[in-house]
Amino acid sequence: MQEITSTRANEMVDPALHIWGWEIPIYLFLGGLVAGMMIISGYFLLSGRHRNTRCACFVLPGLSLALLSVGMFALFLDLEYKVHFWRLYTTIEPKSPMSWGSWILLLVYPALLANFLLRIPSLIGSGNLRHLSERLIRREMFVKWTGALNMLLGALLGVYTGILLSTLGARPLWNSAMLGPLFLTSGLSAAAALVHMIARDRSERELLAKADNAFLITELMLIGLLFIGLATATRVHIGAAELFFGGPYTAVFWVLVVGMGIVVPLIVQLLAVNHRIRHTPLAPLAVIIGGVLLRFVIVYAGQHSTWRL
Amino acid sequence: MARLGMVIDTTKCVGCMDCVVACKTENDVPEGFNRDWIVTEVSGQFPTLQMEIRSERCNHCDSPPCVYCCPTGASHIEDLGKTVQVDRHLCIGCKACLAACPYDARFIHPDGYADKCTFCMHRVVEGLEPACVAVCPTHCMYFGDLDDPNSAVSRLLRSREHHTLLREAGTKPRIYFLV
Repeated sequence: MQEITSTRANEMVDPALHIWGWEIPIYLFLGGLVAGMMIISGYFLLSGRHRNTRCACFVLPGLSLALLSVGMFALFLDLEYKVHFWRLYTTIEPKSPMSWGSWILLLVYPALLANFLLRIPSLIGSGNLRHLSERLIRREMFVKWTGALNMLLGALLGVYTGILLSTLGARPLWNSAMLGPLFLTSGLSAAAALVHMIARDRSERELLAKADNAFLITELMLIGLLFIGLATATRVHIGAAELFFGGPYTAVFWVLVVGMGIVVPLIVQLLAVNHRIRHTPLAPLAVIIGGVLLRFVIVYAGQHSTWRL
Repeated sequence: MARLGMVIDTTKCVGCMDCVVACKTENDVPEGFNRDWIVTEVSGQFPTLQMEIRSERCNHCDSPPCVYCCPTGASHIEDLGKTVQVDRHLCIGCKACLAACPYDARFIHPDGYADKCTFCMHRVVEGLEPACVAVCPTHCMYFGDLDDPNSAVSRLLRSREHHTLLREAGTKPRIYFLV
């Protein structure tokens, strides 16, 4: 028998940590989604798909700029001392993934802007801006560099969000090297699903559906490895895994995140790419919702996990 | 260079909470929050029970994860005493340090910055002890330089059995509990 009583009752800390609400999962999802979109649009640029005027690579940068800004605003809302947010840019803290992220985001915006300039939408582009787009799209080196930068920065953006949580060793659930690759793969999957839904070119829709299937399978493997790592570690890590095996997050994780968000859309999309059934927007929509729920579950469950048993 | 730490004799602590009240008074800790607190741990099987009463606070770790995760440098290790402090003028209230601390020693002050035990450094630089140590009625708390072999804390650690909290977390805490 072990009984522990404490006189501490600090807000946000007791009885269990609850410092981060909806703002952080929304930012993590949008960051991952934008990361995936950057990688996909960068790949399209590098592979020459930009010569097709219907290429999704011209829609993704503008969408990414908007979605990333929404995510950053959610992040800003989470800060308890908002007027100091500019302090993030007065130093580089090499051991802090949050510091890496703030500087990566500073580089992401120019990369997205460069991509955006390749095809400025006619709705907002005046004659001069359209001329600029036409000049830039003809410069192969500029296109290649933009594609490469978008892929690189997209990968960094997607991975750092997972690493940020995984370095917080005081929360055993997060303390896994699998979180970085998992969040990147989930972001790629959500981005592939979104592009699959909005792409105007049929060959791109097919390509992204197949790519999404690969990302979903990889995601399942990474989730498996995450739990294997937790289950074979210390007692506190086993306790963290138990949150999903009989604990309070069991149903929402296995039914919604894994079932509805990965397994069901994977089966539907496998049948669709093999022409057994028609493509349906329900599968990619389920992937996107599953991606959002994955972030919510990991952030909330992680705050539940503790070294104090 | 001095490395300040604390030694608490759990065989003398009666859990009176004078240290908690003294800290709140000395540091104007907001109502509803605690920089230090009392933990009572009972273990064993009746009738063979053991009880340990501990006055806990930030452990001013030698390997502080709260400092490593801070994106602005607000959480830092002071040169004087190698204690872990928070510069409220740099803090953005991101709460990463709250998530990083395995002891849950921090909280967010109502003004928006991360707050915790400071070892009463404003008293220490004046040659005084931290408020919790000074006020303890059983004199179970000792404060001093762990790198000085002749300090009271060093001599106690050499002569008495002791433990730290969550040693397996790897943070190298500097608060020792004598058993």
